[in-house]
Amino acid sequence: MAFFEGNKMTAGYGSGPDIINSCSINADKGEIVAILGPNGAGKSTAMKAMLGLLNLKSGSVLMDGKNISSLSPQDRVKAGISFVPQTRNVFADLTVRENLEVGAFLRSDDINKVIEEIYELFPILNEKRSQKVGQLSGGQRQQVALGRALMIRPSVLMLDEPTAGVSPIVMDELFDHIIKVKETNVAIIMVEQNAKQALSISDRGYVLVTGENKFEGSGNELLNDPEVRRSFLGA
Amino acid sequence: MDFINAILVLLNYTIIPALTYGSQLALGAIFVTLIYGILRFANFATGDMMSFGTMFAVLLTYYFQSLGINLGIFPTALITIPFATFMMILYMLSIDKFVFEYYRIKKSPPVQLAMVSVGVMFVTQAIIRIIIGPADRTFLDGQKFILKASEFKEMTGLNEGLTIKSTQAITIVITMIAVSIMFWFLNRTKTGTSMRAYSDNEDLALLSGIDPKRVVLITWIIAGILATIGGILYGLDKSYRPFVYFNNMLPIFAAAIVGGIGNPFGAFLGGYVIAFAEIFLTYAYKKFFTYILPEALEPNSMMQLLSTDYKFAVSFSILVIVLLFRPSGIFKGKTL
Repeated sequence: MAFFEGNKMTAGYGSGPDIINSCSINADKGEIVAILGPNGAGKSTAMKAMLGLLNLKSGSVLMDGKNISSLSPQDRVKAGISFVPQTRNVFADLTVRENLEVGAFLRSDDINKVIEEIYELFPILNEKRSQKVGQLSGGQRQQVALGRALMIRPSVLMLDEPTAGVSPIVMDELFDHIIKVKETNVAIIMVEQNAKQALSISDRGYVLVTGENKFEGSGNELLNDPEVRRSFLGA
Repeated sequence: MDFINAILVLLNYTIIPALTYGSQLALGAIFVTLIYGILRFANFATGDMMSFGTMFAVLLTYYFQSLGINLGIFPTALITIPFATFMMILYMLSIDKFVFEYYRIKKSPPVQLAMVSVGVMFVTQAIIRIIIGPADRTFLDGQKFILKASEFKEMTGLNEGLTIKSTQAITIVITMIAVSIMFWFLNRTKTGTSMRAYSDNEDLALLSGIDPKRVVLITWIIAGILATIGGILYGLDKSYRPFVYFNNMLPIFAAAIVGGIGNPFGAFLGGYVIAFAEIFLTYAYKKFFTYILPEALEPNSMMQLLSTDYKFAVSFSILVIVLLFRPSGIFKGKTL
Protein backbone atom coordinates (compact mmCIF):
# COMPACT_ATOMS: atom_id res chain seq x y z
CA MET A 1 0.00 0.00 0.00
CA ALA A 2 1.58 3.25 -1.17
CA PHE A 3 1.34 6.66 0.49
CA PHE A 4 -0.62 8.26 -2.36
CA GLU A 5 -2.80 6.09 -4.55
CA GLY A 6 -5.20 6.55 -7.41
CA ASN A 7 -7.08 3.28 -7.77
CA LYS A 8 -8.92 2.24 -10.90
CA MET A 9 -9.84 5.83 -11.72
CA THR A 10 -12.38 6.45 -14.49
CA ALA A 11 -13.10 10.06 -15.41
CA GLY A 12 -13.80 12.46 -18.27
CA TYR A 13 -14.68 16.11 -18.82
CA GLY A 14 -18.29 17.06 -18.15
CA SER A 15 -20.65 14.59 -19.79
CA GLY A 16 -18.11 13.73 -22.51
CA PRO A 17 -16.49 10.34 -23.02
CA ASP A 18 -14.19 8.82 -20.42
CA ILE A 19 -10.62 9.95 -20.95
CA ILE A 20 -9.09 7.63 -18.41
CA ASN A 21 -10.39 4.17 -17.84
CA SER A 22 -9.69 2.18 -14.71
CA CYS A 23 -6.30 3.83 -14.46
CA SER A 24 -4.16 3.26 -11.36
CA ILE A 25 -1.19 5.33 -10.25
CA ASN A 26 0.55 5.36 -6.92
CA ALA A 27 3.57 6.96 -5.33
CA ASP A 28 5.45 6.68 -2.06
CA LYS A 29 7.25 9.40 -0.16
CA GLY A 30 10.76 10.01 -1.44
CA GLU A 31 9.94 8.61 -4.83
CA ILE A 32 9.67 10.15 -8.30
CA VAL A 33 6.99 8.61 -10.46
CA ALA A 34 6.71 9.53 -14.12
CA ILE A 35 3.52 9.28 -16.14
CA LEU A 36 4.32 8.84 -19.80
CA GLY A 37 2.45 8.11 -22.95
CA PRO A 38 1.54 9.43 -26.37
CA ASN A 39 -0.53 12.58 -26.90
CA GLY A 40 -4.11 12.18 -25.77
CA ALA A 41 -3.29 9.19 -23.57
CA GLY A 42 -4.89 10.88 -20.56
CA LYS A 43 -1.69 11.67 -18.62
CA SER A 44 -2.76 15.13 -17.50
CA THR A 45 -6.31 13.92 -16.99
CA ALA A 46 -5.10 11.23 -14.61
CA MET A 47 -3.21 13.86 -12.67
CA LYS A 48 -6.19 16.22 -12.58
CA ALA A 49 -8.36 13.39 -11.32
CA MET A 50 -5.95 12.77 -8.46
CA LEU A 51 -6.04 16.50 -7.67
CA GLY A 52 -9.81 16.65 -7.64
CA LEU A 53 -10.02 19.03 -10.59
CA LEU A 54 -12.43 16.58 -12.18
CA ASN A 55 -14.87 14.16 -10.65
CA LEU A 56 -14.25 10.45 -10.68
CA LYS A 57 -16.96 8.30 -12.19
CA SER A 58 -15.50 5.32 -10.40
CA GLY A 59 -12.39 4.42 -8.51
CA SER A 60 -10.84 6.25 -5.57
CA VAL A 61 -7.94 8.41 -4.47
CA LEU A 62 -6.28 7.48 -1.20
CA MET A 63 -3.72 9.38 0.79
CA ASP A 64 -2.03 7.74 3.74
CA GLY A 65 -4.80 5.11 3.66
CA LYS A 66 -7.60 7.69 3.87
CA ASN A 67 -10.09 8.07 1.05
CA ILE A 68 -9.89 11.68 -0.18
CA SER A 69 -11.97 11.19 -3.35
CA SER A 70 -14.67 13.58 -2.17
CA LEU A 71 -12.38 16.46 -1.13
CA SER A 72 -12.28 19.65 -3.22
CA PRO A 73 -8.94 20.66 -4.78
CA GLN A 74 -8.54 23.35 -2.10
CA ASP A 75 -9.04 20.82 0.65
CA ARG A 76 -6.53 18.49 -0.97
CA VAL A 77 -4.04 21.38 -0.93
CA LYS A 78 -4.70 21.68 2.80
CA ALA A 79 -4.13 17.93 3.13
CA GLY A 80 -0.65 18.41 1.61
CA ILE A 81 -1.02 17.82 -2.12
CA SER A 82 0.66 20.52 -4.17
CA PHE A 83 0.34 21.00 -7.89
CA VAL A 84 2.41 22.84 -10.48
CA PRO A 85 0.36 23.36 -13.65
CA GLN A 86 2.05 23.26 -17.03
CA THR A 87 1.25 26.84 -18.02
CA ARG A 88 0.52 29.98 -16.03
CA ASN A 89 2.09 28.40 -12.98
CA VAL A 90 3.45 31.62 -11.42
CA PHE A 91 2.04 35.02 -10.50
CA ALA A 92 3.86 37.05 -13.13
CA ASP A 93 3.05 40.45 -11.63
CA LEU A 94 4.15 39.54 -8.13
CA THR A 95 7.73 39.43 -6.89
CA VAL A 96 9.51 36.14 -6.28
CA ARG A 97 9.05 36.50 -2.55
CA GLU A 98 5.36 37.36 -2.89
CA ASN A 99 4.88 34.26 -5.02
CA LEU A 100 6.30 32.20 -2.19
CA GLU A 101 4.14 34.03 0.35
CA VAL A 102 1.00 33.29 -1.65
CA GLY A 103 2.10 29.66 -1.83
CA ALA A 104 2.05 29.64 1.96
CA PHE A 105 -1.36 31.31 2.10
CA LEU A 106 -2.84 28.44 4.08
CA ARG A 107 -0.09 28.47 6.72
CA SER A 108 -0.63 30.60 9.76
CA ASP A 109 2.77 29.97 11.37
CA ASP A 110 5.97 31.86 10.68
CA ILE A 111 6.75 31.31 7.01
CA ASN A 112 10.18 32.94 7.02
CA LYS A 113 11.83 29.64 7.88
CA VAL A 114 10.17 27.85 4.98
CA ILE A 115 11.14 30.68 2.65
CA GLU A 116 14.76 30.33 3.80
CA GLU A 117 14.58 26.60 3.03
CA ILE A 118 13.27 27.32 -0.45
CA TYR A 119 16.07 29.85 -1.00
CA GLU A 120 18.56 27.17 0.01
CA LEU A 121 17.03 24.75 -2.47
CA PHE A 122 16.88 27.36 -5.26
CA PRO A 123 19.60 29.94 -4.54
CA ILE A 124 18.69 32.00 -7.61
CA LEU A 125 15.34 32.84 -6.02
CA ASN A 126 17.08 34.49 -3.10
CA GLU A 127 19.10 36.61 -5.48
CA LYS A 128 15.97 37.68 -7.42
CA ARG A 129 13.59 37.82 -4.47
CA SER A 130 12.30 41.34 -5.06
CA GLN A 131 12.07 41.05 -8.83
CA LYS A 132 8.79 40.53 -10.61
CA VAL A 133 8.50 36.95 -11.81
CA GLY A 134 7.35 38.14 -15.23
CA GLN A 135 10.88 39.45 -15.80
CA LEU A 136 12.61 36.13 -15.08
CA SER A 137 13.79 33.53 -17.60
CA GLY A 138 11.80 30.37 -18.29
CA GLY A 139 13.99 28.16 -16.09
CA GLN A 140 13.89 30.64 -13.22
CA ARG A 141 10.11 30.84 -13.50
CA GLN A 142 9.86 27.07 -13.22
CA GLN A 143 11.91 27.28 -10.02
CA VAL A 144 9.51 29.91 -8.70
CA ALA A 145 6.63 27.60 -9.63
CA LEU A 146 8.28 24.70 -7.78
CA GLY A 147 9.10 26.92 -4.82
CA ARG A 148 5.54 28.19 -4.58
CA ALA A 149 4.22 24.63 -4.58
CA LEU A 150 6.69 23.60 -1.87
CA MET A 151 5.66 26.37 0.52
CA ILE A 152 2.96 24.28 2.17
CA ARG A 153 5.60 21.58 2.76
CA PRO A 154 3.56 19.12 0.76
CA SER A 155 3.83 15.38 1.12
CA VAL A 156 2.77 14.93 -2.50
CA LEU A 157 3.97 17.15 -5.34
CA MET A 158 2.40 16.85 -8.79
CA LEU A 159 4.17 18.37 -11.78
CA ASP A 160 2.49 18.76 -15.16
CA GLU A 161 5.24 18.78 -17.79
CA PRO A 162 7.77 20.76 -15.75
CA THR A 163 10.25 20.87 -18.63
CA ALA A 164 7.86 21.88 -21.41
CA GLY A 165 9.37 24.70 -23.41
CA VAL A 166 12.71 25.00 -21.63
CA SER A 167 16.13 24.44 -23.18
CA PRO A 168 17.98 21.10 -22.66
CA ILE A 169 20.46 22.71 -20.25
CA VAL A 170 17.67 24.20 -18.16
CA MET A 171 15.90 20.86 -18.30
CA ASP A 172 18.87 19.08 -16.71
CA GLU A 173 19.05 21.78 -14.07
CA LEU A 174 15.33 21.43 -13.33
CA PHE A 175 15.61 17.66 -13.02
CA ASP A 176 18.43 18.18 -10.53
CA HIS A 177 16.11 20.40 -8.52
CA ILE A 178 13.33 17.84 -8.67
CA ILE A 179 15.72 15.22 -7.31
CA LYS A 180 16.64 17.59 -4.48
CA VAL A 181 12.96 18.00 -3.67
CA LYS A 182 12.49 14.24 -3.67
CA GLU A 183 15.29 13.94 -1.11
CA THR A 184 13.19 16.01 1.31
CA ASN A 185 10.85 12.99 1.50
CA VAL A 186 8.15 14.17 -0.87
CA ALA A 187 6.21 11.89 -3.20
CA ILE A 188 6.58 13.34 -6.69
CA ILE A 189 4.34 12.48 -9.60
CA MET A 190 5.16 14.08 -12.93
CA VAL A 191 3.71 14.00 -16.39
CA GLU A 192 6.48 14.27 -18.97
CA GLN A 193 6.96 14.48 -22.72
CA ASN A 194 10.73 14.05 -22.52
CA ALA A 195 10.29 10.38 -21.70
CA LYS A 196 13.92 9.25 -21.73
CA GLN A 197 15.20 12.03 -19.49
CA ALA A 198 12.21 11.70 -17.19
CA LEU A 199 12.72 7.97 -16.77
CA SER A 200 16.39 8.43 -16.05
CA ILE A 201 15.57 10.34 -12.87
CA SER A 202 12.38 8.47 -11.97
CA ASP A 203 12.16 5.59 -9.57
CA ARG A 204 9.14 4.23 -11.36
CA GLY A 205 7.12 5.03 -14.42
CA TYR A 206 3.70 4.37 -15.89
CA VAL A 207 2.98 4.34 -19.58
CA LEU A 208 -0.64 5.17 -20.37
CA VAL A 209 -2.29 4.43 -23.67
CA THR A 210 -5.87 5.55 -24.38
CA GLY A 211 -6.46 6.13 -20.72
CA GLU A 212 -5.31 2.73 -19.48
CA ASN A 213 -2.16 1.49 -17.80
CA LYS A 214 -0.12 -0.15 -20.54
CA PHE A 215 3.28 -0.64 -18.91
CA GLU A 216 4.67 0.03 -15.51
CA GLY A 217 7.94 -0.60 -13.81
CA SER A 218 11.10 0.98 -12.51
CA GLY A 219 12.77 3.66 -14.59
CA ASN A 220 15.45 1.27 -15.83
CA GLU A 221 13.02 -1.52 -16.60
CA LEU A 222 10.98 0.75 -18.79
CA LEU A 223 14.05 2.24 -20.43
CA ASN A 224 15.27 -1.23 -21.34
CA ASP A 225 11.92 -2.79 -22.23
CA PRO A 226 12.12 -3.38 -26.00
CA GLU A 227 8.43 -2.75 -26.61
CA VAL A 228 8.40 0.52 -24.64
CA ARG A 229 11.55 1.58 -26.43
CA ARG A 230 10.07 0.84 -29.80
CA SER A 231 6.73 2.52 -29.24
CA PHE A 232 7.56 5.48 -27.02
CA LEU A 233 11.23 6.18 -26.79
CA GLY A 234 11.86 6.12 -30.52
CA ALA A 235 14.88 3.86 -30.36
CA MET B 1 6.17 90.74 -10.29
CA ASP B 2 4.17 90.03 -13.42
CA PHE B 3 5.68 86.60 -13.59
CA ILE B 4 4.55 85.76 -10.05
CA ASN B 5 1.12 87.13 -10.86
CA ALA B 6 0.97 84.90 -13.94
CA ILE B 7 1.91 81.84 -11.89
CA LEU B 8 -0.74 82.74 -9.33
CA VAL B 9 -3.37 82.97 -12.06
CA LEU B 10 -2.42 79.47 -13.20
CA LEU B 11 -2.39 78.11 -9.66
CA ASN B 12 -5.75 79.63 -8.87
CA TYR B 13 -7.66 78.68 -11.97
CA THR B 14 -5.94 75.54 -13.22
CA ILE B 15 -3.49 73.75 -10.95
CA ILE B 16 -5.36 73.74 -7.66
CA PRO B 17 -8.76 72.96 -9.23
CA ALA B 18 -7.15 70.24 -11.36
CA LEU B 19 -5.49 68.64 -8.34
CA THR B 20 -8.86 68.64 -6.57
CA TYR B 21 -10.85 67.35 -9.51
CA GLY B 22 -8.07 64.86 -10.28
CA SER B 23 -8.25 63.46 -6.74
CA GLN B 24 -11.99 62.95 -7.07
CA LEU B 25 -11.54 61.21 -10.43
CA ALA B 26 -8.67 59.14 -9.09
CA LEU B 27 -10.84 57.67 -6.33
CA GLY B 28 -13.52 56.74 -8.87
CA ALA B 29 -10.93 55.34 -11.27
CA ILE B 30 -9.39 53.14 -8.57
CA PHE B 31 -12.89 51.83 -7.89
CA VAL B 32 -13.35 50.94 -11.58
CA THR B 33 -9.93 49.36 -11.80
CA LEU B 34 -10.30 47.25 -8.62
CA ILE B 35 -13.65 45.87 -9.76
CA TYR B 36 -12.20 45.21 -13.20
CA GLY B 37 -9.05 43.55 -11.86
CA ILE B 38 -10.77 41.25 -9.37
CA LEU B 39 -14.35 40.78 -10.53
CA ARG B 40 -13.36 41.15 -14.19
CA PHE B 41 -16.01 43.43 -15.59
CA ALA B 42 -16.42 47.12 -16.38
CA ASN B 43 -18.86 48.42 -13.79
CA PHE B 44 -21.15 50.93 -15.46
CA ALA B 45 -22.92 51.55 -12.17
CA THR B 46 -19.76 53.26 -10.84
CA GLY B 47 -21.06 56.83 -11.11
CA ASP B 48 -24.41 56.10 -9.57
CA MET B 49 -22.90 53.99 -6.83
CA MET B 50 -20.75 57.00 -5.90
CA SER B 51 -23.89 59.11 -5.95
CA PHE B 52 -25.68 56.55 -3.78
CA GLY B 53 -23.01 56.76 -1.07
CA THR B 54 -22.98 60.55 -1.25
CA MET B 55 -26.75 60.65 -0.82
CA PHE B 56 -26.35 59.18 2.67
CA ALA B 57 -23.70 61.74 3.50
CA VAL B 58 -26.10 64.52 2.47
CA LEU B 59 -29.03 63.12 4.45
CA LEU B 60 -26.90 62.46 7.52
CA THR B 61 -25.35 65.91 7.32
CA TYR B 62 -28.85 67.42 7.46
CA TYR B 63 -29.69 65.11 10.35
CA PHE B 64 -26.56 65.97 12.31
CA GLN B 65 -27.13 69.67 11.65
CA SER B 66 -30.65 69.35 13.03
CA LEU B 67 -29.17 67.77 16.17
CA GLY B 68 -26.70 70.61 16.41
CA ILE B 69 -23.69 68.36 15.85
CA ASN B 70 -20.94 69.93 13.78
CA LEU B 71 -17.20 69.96 13.33
CA GLY B 72 -16.63 73.69 13.75
CA ILE B 73 -14.59 74.97 10.87
CA PHE B 74 -14.72 71.59 9.09
CA PRO B 75 -17.73 70.41 7.12
CA THR B 76 -20.16 68.24 9.07
CA ALA B 77 -20.10 65.82 6.13
CA LEU B 78 -16.72 64.54 7.33
CA ILE B 79 -18.35 62.84 10.36
CA THR B 80 -20.85 61.18 8.05
CA ILE B 81 -18.16 59.43 5.98
CA PRO B 82 -18.03 56.26 8.12
CA PHE B 83 -21.83 55.92 8.20
CA ALA B 84 -22.27 56.66 4.51
CA THR B 85 -19.48 54.22 3.67
CA PHE B 86 -21.15 51.58 5.79
CA MET B 87 -24.48 52.01 4.00
CA MET B 88 -22.73 51.98 0.65
CA ILE B 89 -20.87 48.74 1.42
CA LEU B 90 -24.11 47.18 2.61
CA TYR B 91 -25.78 48.18 -0.64
CA MET B 92 -22.91 46.90 -2.78
CA LEU B 93 -22.73 43.60 -0.98
CA SER B 94 -26.45 43.00 -1.35
CA ILE B 95 -26.27 43.91 -5.05
CA ASP B 96 -23.37 41.50 -5.36
CA LYS B 97 -25.26 38.79 -3.50
CA PHE B 98 -28.50 39.13 -5.47
CA VAL B 99 -27.18 40.12 -8.88
CA PHE B 100 -23.48 39.75 -9.68
CA GLU B 101 -22.84 36.51 -7.79
CA TYR B 102 -25.24 34.59 -9.99
CA TYR B 103 -23.35 35.59 -13.14
CA ARG B 104 -19.98 35.03 -11.48
CA ILE B 105 -20.84 31.45 -10.53
CA LYS B 106 -22.19 30.86 -14.03
CA LYS B 107 -18.85 32.22 -15.31
CA SER B 108 -20.64 34.63 -17.63
CA PRO B 109 -18.44 36.56 -20.07
CA PRO B 110 -17.34 40.04 -18.92
CA VAL B 111 -19.57 41.76 -21.49
CA GLN B 112 -22.61 40.15 -19.94
CA LEU B 113 -21.58 41.32 -16.48
CA ALA B 114 -21.03 44.82 -17.85
CA MET B 115 -24.57 44.80 -19.24
CA VAL B 116 -25.86 43.56 -15.90
CA SER B 117 -24.11 46.51 -14.27
CA VAL B 118 -26.04 48.82 -16.61
CA GLY B 119 -29.18 47.33 -15.09
CA VAL B 120 -27.79 47.93 -11.62
CA MET B 121 -27.10 51.51 -12.68
CA PHE B 122 -30.77 52.12 -13.62
CA VAL B 123 -31.99 50.56 -10.40
CA THR B 124 -29.54 52.63 -8.36
CA GLN B 125 -30.67 55.80 -10.12
CA ALA B 126 -34.28 54.93 -9.36
CA ILE B 127 -33.52 54.32 -5.68
CA ILE B 128 -31.72 57.67 -5.47
CA ARG B 129 -34.67 59.39 -7.15
CA ILE B 130 -37.07 57.83 -4.64
CA ILE B 131 -35.00 58.59 -1.55
CA ILE B 132 -33.62 62.06 -2.21
CA GLY B 133 -34.97 63.24 -5.58
CA PRO B 134 -33.06 64.84 -8.42
CA ALA B 135 -32.69 68.33 -6.91
CA ASP B 136 -29.39 70.13 -6.47
CA ARG B 137 -28.34 70.28 -2.80
CA THR B 138 -25.52 71.96 -0.96
CA PHE B 139 -24.36 70.28 2.20
CA LEU B 140 -21.12 72.14 2.78
CA ASP B 141 -20.87 73.98 6.07
CA GLY B 142 -18.00 75.15 8.24
CA GLN B 143 -15.38 77.56 7.00
CA LYS B 144 -15.48 77.96 3.22
CA PHE B 145 -12.00 79.33 2.57
CA ILE B 146 -8.61 78.55 4.00
CA LEU B 147 -7.08 81.45 2.15
CA LYS B 148 -9.14 84.25 0.62
CA ALA B 149 -7.96 86.23 -2.38
CA SER B 150 -8.38 89.52 -0.57
CA GLU B 151 -6.35 88.34 2.45
CA PHE B 152 -3.62 87.06 0.19
CA LYS B 153 -3.44 90.32 -1.72
CA GLU B 154 -3.19 92.24 1.53
CA MET B 155 -0.44 89.96 2.83
CA THR B 156 1.71 90.02 -0.28
CA GLY B 157 0.74 93.23 -2.06
CA LEU B 158 0.39 91.34 -5.35
CA ASN B 159 -2.27 92.06 -7.96
CA GLU B 160 -3.51 88.50 -8.09
CA GLY B 161 -4.94 86.74 -5.07
CA LEU B 162 -4.53 83.10 -4.20
CA THR B 163 -7.70 81.36 -3.12
CA ILE B 164 -7.72 78.00 -1.44
CA LYS B 165 -11.16 76.64 -0.71
CA SER B 166 -11.37 74.37 2.31
CA THR B 167 -13.00 71.68 0.13
CA GLN B 168 -9.95 71.71 -2.11
CA ALA B 169 -7.55 71.19 0.76
CA ILE B 170 -9.80 68.57 2.34
CA THR B 171 -10.15 66.70 -0.96
CA ILE B 172 -6.43 66.52 -1.58
CA VAL B 173 -5.51 65.57 1.99
CA ILE B 174 -8.21 62.91 2.39
CA THR B 175 -7.44 61.42 -1.03
CA MET B 176 -3.77 61.13 -0.20
CA ILE B 177 -4.53 59.45 3.12
CA ALA B 178 -7.12 57.05 1.67
CA VAL B 179 -5.01 56.11 -1.32
CA SER B 180 -1.86 55.61 0.78
CA ILE B 181 -3.72 53.30 3.14
CA MET B 182 -5.10 51.37 0.20
CA PHE B 183 -1.68 50.90 -1.40
CA TRP B 184 -0.18 49.91 1.91
CA PHE B 185 -2.95 47.33 2.28
CA LEU B 186 -2.57 45.95 -1.25
CA ASN B 187 1.21 45.76 -1.18
CA ARG B 188 2.10 45.00 2.41
CA THR B 189 -0.57 42.76 3.91
CA LYS B 190 -1.26 39.10 3.35
CA THR B 191 -4.84 39.78 2.29
CA GLY B 192 -3.66 42.48 -0.12
CA THR B 193 -1.11 40.14 -1.65
CA SER B 194 -3.76 37.46 -2.03
CA MET B 195 -5.96 39.99 -3.88
CA ARG B 196 -3.15 40.84 -6.26
CA ALA B 197 -2.44 37.15 -6.76
CA TYR B 198 -6.11 36.48 -7.50
CA SER B 199 -6.18 39.31 -10.01
CA ASP B 200 -2.98 38.06 -11.66
CA ASN B 201 -3.78 34.35 -11.99
CA GLU B 202 -7.12 33.19 -10.67
CA ASP B 203 -6.59 29.45 -11.16
CA LEU B 204 -3.24 29.38 -9.42
CA ALA B 205 -4.66 31.50 -6.59
CA LEU B 206 -7.36 28.89 -6.07
CA LEU B 207 -4.73 26.13 -6.11
CA SER B 208 -2.83 28.06 -3.44
CA GLY B 209 -5.87 27.96 -1.18
CA ILE B 210 -7.02 31.57 -1.59
CA ASP B 211 -10.75 31.84 -0.91
CA PRO B 212 -12.37 33.66 -3.86
CA LYS B 213 -15.42 34.69 -1.79
CA ARG B 214 -13.24 36.52 0.69
CA VAL B 215 -11.31 38.26 -2.06
CA VAL B 216 -14.55 39.45 -3.67
CA LEU B 217 -15.92 40.63 -0.31
CA ILE B 218 -12.81 42.63 0.51
CA THR B 219 -12.71 44.12 -2.97
CA TRP B 220 -16.25 45.47 -2.57
CA ILE B 221 -15.39 46.86 0.85
CA ILE B 222 -12.27 48.70 -0.34
CA ALA B 223 -13.98 49.86 -3.52
CA GLY B 224 -16.98 51.01 -1.47
CA ILE B 225 -14.83 53.07 0.87
CA LEU B 226 -12.99 54.79 -1.98
CA ALA B 227 -16.10 55.42 -4.07
CA THR B 228 -18.03 56.91 -1.14
CA ILE B 229 -15.16 59.17 -0.18
CA GLY B 230 -14.69 60.23 -3.80
CA GLY B 231 -18.39 60.94 -4.18
CA ILE B 232 -18.65 62.93 -0.95
CA LEU B 233 -15.59 65.01 -1.78
CA TYR B 234 -16.96 65.78 -5.22
CA GLY B 235 -20.34 66.71 -3.75
CA LEU B 236 -18.78 68.96 -1.12
CA ASP B 237 -16.66 70.70 -3.70
CA LYS B 238 -19.35 71.25 -6.33
CA SER B 239 -22.74 70.61 -4.58
CA TYR B 240 -24.67 67.37 -4.71
CA ARG B 241 -26.53 66.86 -7.96
CA PRO B 242 -27.42 63.15 -7.95
CA PHE B 243 -27.21 62.56 -11.67
CA VAL B 244 -24.05 64.49 -12.42
CA TYR B 245 -22.16 61.44 -11.16
CA PHE B 246 -23.42 59.51 -14.13
CA ASN B 247 -21.71 62.03 -16.45
CA ASN B 248 -18.51 61.77 -14.46
CA MET B 249 -18.19 58.18 -15.49
CA LEU B 250 -16.63 59.21 -18.79
CA PRO B 251 -13.59 60.94 -17.24
CA ILE B 252 -13.44 58.21 -14.57
CA PHE B 253 -13.29 55.41 -17.13
CA ALA B 254 -10.86 57.44 -19.21
CA ALA B 255 -8.63 57.77 -16.13
CA ALA B 256 -8.79 54.05 -15.40
CA ILE B 257 -7.96 53.16 -19.01
CA VAL B 258 -5.19 55.76 -19.35
CA GLY B 259 -3.61 54.27 -16.24
CA GLY B 260 -3.92 50.75 -17.62
CA ILE B 261 -7.12 49.09 -16.49
CA GLY B 262 -6.55 46.78 -13.54
CA ASN B 263 -3.62 48.84 -12.27
CA PRO B 264 -4.66 50.92 -9.21
CA PHE B 265 -1.57 53.11 -9.21
CA GLY B 266 -2.10 53.83 -12.90
CA ALA B 267 -5.73 54.71 -12.21
CA PHE B 268 -4.62 57.07 -9.45
CA LEU B 269 -2.23 58.93 -11.77
CA GLY B 270 -4.73 58.65 -14.62
CA GLY B 271 -7.21 60.69 -12.59
CA TYR B 272 -4.77 63.60 -12.53
CA VAL B 273 -3.80 63.18 -16.20
CA ILE B 274 -7.45 63.52 -17.22
CA ALA B 275 -8.17 66.38 -14.81
CA PHE B 276 -5.15 68.42 -15.90
CA ALA B 277 -5.88 67.78 -19.56
CA GLU B 278 -9.52 68.83 -19.20
CA ILE B 279 -8.70 71.98 -17.30
CA PHE B 280 -5.60 73.05 -19.22
CA LEU B 281 -7.34 72.66 -22.55
CA THR B 282 -10.49 74.52 -21.58
CA TYR B 283 -8.99 77.35 -19.53
CA ALA B 284 -9.00 80.89 -21.02
CA TYR B 285 -5.38 82.02 -20.79
CA LYS B 286 -6.00 85.71 -21.59
CA LYS B 287 -5.13 86.97 -18.12
CA PHE B 288 -2.06 84.76 -17.91
CA PHE B 289 -0.65 86.06 -21.20
CA THR B 290 -1.48 89.61 -20.27
CA TYR B 291 0.91 89.24 -17.36
CA ILE B 292 3.81 87.51 -19.09
CA LEU B 293 3.77 89.10 -22.55
CA PRO B 294 4.89 92.67 -23.22
CA GLU B 295 2.00 95.13 -23.63
CA ALA B 296 2.30 95.28 -27.41
CA LEU B 297 1.62 91.56 -27.75
CA GLU B 298 -1.28 91.49 -25.37
CA PRO B 299 -3.89 89.06 -26.62
CA ASN B 300 -7.30 90.38 -27.46
CA SER B 301 -9.05 87.03 -27.70
CA MET B 302 -9.88 84.77 -24.75
CA MET B 303 -6.90 82.51 -25.58
CA GLN B 304 -9.09 79.51 -24.89
CA LEU B 305 -8.46 76.34 -26.87
CA LEU B 306 -11.85 74.80 -26.21
CA SER B 307 -15.01 76.00 -24.55
CA THR B 308 -15.57 74.42 -21.13
CA ASP B 309 -18.64 72.77 -22.62
CA TYR B 310 -16.19 70.48 -24.42
CA LYS B 311 -14.64 69.27 -21.17
CA PHE B 312 -15.95 65.75 -21.71
CA ALA B 313 -14.76 65.77 -25.30
CA VAL B 314 -11.25 66.08 -23.92
CA SER B 315 -11.56 62.94 -21.78
CA PHE B 316 -13.26 61.17 -24.63
CA SER B 317 -10.45 62.07 -27.05
CA ILE B 318 -7.80 60.94 -24.58
CA LEU B 319 -9.70 57.70 -24.12
CA VAL B 320 -9.82 57.08 -27.87
CA ILE B 321 -6.19 58.07 -28.43
CA VAL B 322 -4.97 55.79 -25.62
CA LEU B 323 -7.08 52.89 -26.87
CA LEU B 324 -5.69 53.37 -30.38
CA PHE B 325 -2.02 53.79 -29.60
CA ARG B 326 -1.40 52.33 -26.18
CA PRO B 327 -4.31 50.01 -25.36
CA SER B 328 -2.63 48.64 -22.26
CA GLY B 329 -2.54 52.16 -20.84
CA ILE B 330 0.30 54.59 -20.25
CA PHE B 331 1.27 52.80 -17.05
CA LYS B 332 0.65 49.24 -18.32
CA GLY B 333 -2.26 47.46 -16.80
CA LYS B 334 -4.14 44.21 -16.54
CA THR B 335 -3.48 43.23 -12.95
CA LEU B 336 -3.41 44.83 -9.51
